[in-house]
Amino acid sequence: MMHLPGLPVLLPFFAAVFVLLPWFNTRLPQQRIVTQLFLLLLVALCSFVFIDTLQNGPRAYAMGDWQAPFGIFLIADSLSAFMLLLTAILALAAHLYACAGEDETGRFFHPLFLFQLMGLNGAFLTADAFNLFVFFEILLIASYSLLIHGGGRERTRAAQHYVLFNLIGSAFFLIALAVLYRAFGTLNIPDMAARAAQLPEESIPLAKAGGLLLMVVFGIKAALLPMHFWLPRTYGSTSIPVAALFAVMTKVGIYSLWRIHTVVYGENAGEVAGLGMDILSWLAGATLVAGMIGALASKTLRWLIANLIIISVGTLLVSVSLQTEAGVAAGLYYTLHSTFVSGAFFLVAGIILMQRGQAEDRFVRSRPLLYPRLTGVLFAIAAMAVIGLPPFSGFIGKLFVMQAAYDAGQAHWVWPLILVSGLVALIALSRAGTTLFWRTQGTVVPEAKERVSRLHFMGASMLVAMSVVLVIAAGPLTEWSMRAAQDLHAGISISALNRVVEGEVVE
Amino acid sequence: MELIYSITVGVMVGCSVFLMLRGHTFSIVMGLTLMSYAVNLFLFASGGLATHEPAILADGSEYSDPLPQALVLTAIVIGFAMTAFALILAIRARADLGNDQVDGRASESDVLANKLEGEKLRQSPEKPSGGKYR
Repeated sequence: MMHLPGLPVLLPFFAAVFVLLPWFNTRLPQQRIVTQLFLLLLVALCSFVFIDTLQNGPRAYAMGDWQAPFGIFLIADSLSAFMLLLTAILALAAHLYACAGEDETGRFFHPLFLFQLMGLNGAFLTADAFNLFVFFEILLIASYSLLIHGGGRERTRAAQHYVLFNLIGSAFFLIALAVLYRAFGTLNIPDMAARAAQLPEESIPLAKAGGLLLMVVFGIKAALLPMHFWLPRTYGSTSIPVAALFAVMTKVGIYSLWRIHTVVYGENAGEVAGLGMDILSWLAGATLVAGMIGALASKTLRWLIANLIIISVGTLLVSVSLQTEAGVAAGLYYTLHSTFVSGAFFLVAGIILMQRGQAEDRFVRSRPLLYPRLTGVLFAIAAMAVIGLPPFSGFIGKLFVMQAAYDAGQAHWVWPLILVSGLVALIALSRAGTTLFWRTQGTVVPEAKERVSRLHFMGASMLVAMSVVLVIAAGPLTEWSMRAAQDLHAGISISALNRVVEGEVVE
Repeated sequence: MELIYSITVGVMVGCSVFLMLRGHTFSIVMGLTLMSYAVNLFLFASGGLATHEPAILADGSEYSDPLPQALVLTAIVIGFAMTAFALILAIRARADLGNDQVDGRASESDVLANKLEGEKLRQSPEKPSGGKYR
C-alpha cells in the first residue's frame, strides 16, 4: 500500500517497455491485446486509488525515502485520483478505437501511447514543481511523436508549430522554476504553500514574477487566449485516437493551475495571494469569445470540435479564476464532462469521416453515411452534451459552474458568456449535423463497410456512455468533487506529509 | 561576477529571440538551442553564485547550493533530447513541405532560389548538388 501512488506511473512505463520488446516488433495483433490488457489493469488500479483516497484520505510516496521537504514526493489525493481515473478511461476507449486500424499507419503507436499515459499520470501525482516539469516533458515528447503518427503534410506542419511553441514554453517553465527556487528556497509544492505567507520582503517580487511566468506556461498547455492558436490546427489534423487522447492534455494545464495558483498562491499566501487571477478572469472570458468565433468559422468537424475544446477551456479557466472551493469543485466536474465528451466527439468524427470518402469531415454536400442511425445517435448525444442540453452531463456541468460564479458574485459576466457559448455551440453543431447527415447526394461510399469496424463504434459509444454515467452518478460525483476541492484548498502540511508516507491516515 | 554572468545570459537570450523571430526552421532550432543554454545558466545561478565553497556539508556557514546543479543536469539532458527531436522534425518538414518556412509557405526569394537551383541542375544533370532534398 505504501507504494500505491507510484504504481500509476510505473505501470504504463513497464507496459511500454514490454511492448517494445523485439518479439512484439512485427506482431501488431499481440501488441494490441497486451496494451489493451495493460490499460484495463490501469483502469482497475486507478479505480482502486480513487476509492482508497476517498476512504482513507491522501497517500504519499517518498522517492528514496527522503523526508519532506527534501525528497521528491508523489501524492495521490482525491483530486489526483479523479484525474487519473479520467485519463485511464479515456485512454482505454481511444486505444480501443485505434486498434481498429489507425495504429497500422506508423510504427511504435502502442509504446508511445503508454509513454504518454506515464507522463500524464506522473504530472497528476507529483508534488514537486521541478518533477512536474520533467513529467510535462515526458508527456510532451510522447505527444510530439503521437501527433505525427501516420505522417502527411498537414500533420507535419501542425507538429512543427506545436513542437517549437512547446519548446519555448519549456524554456519559460525552467526560467519560472529558477525564479521560484530563488524566491521560496524550495520547489516542493506543499512546502512552497507553507512558506508563501512568510516570504521576506525582497523575495515577493520574485515570487510574483515566477508565479506569473508559470501561469503563461500552464496557459500554453491549457490554450489560454493569446497562446491558443496552436490548438485547432494540431487537434484538427492529427489522427483520430490521438486527438481523442489529447482531449485530456489541455486539462493538464488547468490541473497545474489548481496545484500551483490555487494552493501556493491561495488565500493564505499573504502578499502574493490571488496572484494574476484578475488577468486570468479577463483572459478566460476572451478565450470563451475566441472559441465561439472559431466554432462559427470552422470548415471541418474536427476543427469545430477543437474550437469547442477552446470554449470548454475558457469555461474551466473562468471556474479557476473564481478562487473558491465551489469553483474548483465545479471545474472538476466540468473537466470530467468536457474531457469525455470531447474525446467521444473526436471518435464520432472519425467514424463519420471514414464513411464519407473524399469529403471526409468537411461541411460540404457529400455521399450519405452507411450507418446513419447509429452514427447519428452518437453524434446527437455528444452534441447535446457539449451544448449543455438536459439530460446530459454538459447541463449539470455548466449549471455547476454558473452556480459557483453566482456564489462568488461574478454572475454578471460569467452567465452571459457561458449561456451565449452554449447557443453558439448549438448553432455550429446543428449546422454541422444537418450538412453531415442530411445534405447528401449519390450512393454510399463502397469501401466504408471495410473501413468502419465494430471496435470504432465500441470506443466511441464507451465515451458517449460516460456522459450518461456522469449524469446518473452526478450526486456522489459532485459530493466527491466538493471534497476534493476542500482537500485542495486545505493543502497538506509537511509534518502531515511525513506521517502519510509512514502509512498513517491523516484527517 | 554577478554582472558578467547576467550580461552573458541576457546577450544569449537576446540572440536567441532574434533567431527565433525569423521564419526559417533552422534558425529557430538554433535560437532554441541558444535559449536552452541561457536558461541552463540562469537556472544554475538560482542557488546563488559562490566560488571555492563546499557543496552543502562543511564547517562554516557558506556553501554552494547543490540543488540547482542537479536541476541543470536534468534540464540539459531533456534539452538535448528536445533539440534533437526538433531538428529531425525540421528536416522532415523540409522534405514534406518543400521549404523551410515555419508556416510551410515559401517566400518569394525562396521560390526564386529554388528555380535557379533547378535550372542549374537541368544544365548539369550529372552533378546533382549533395545534401539537398527533392
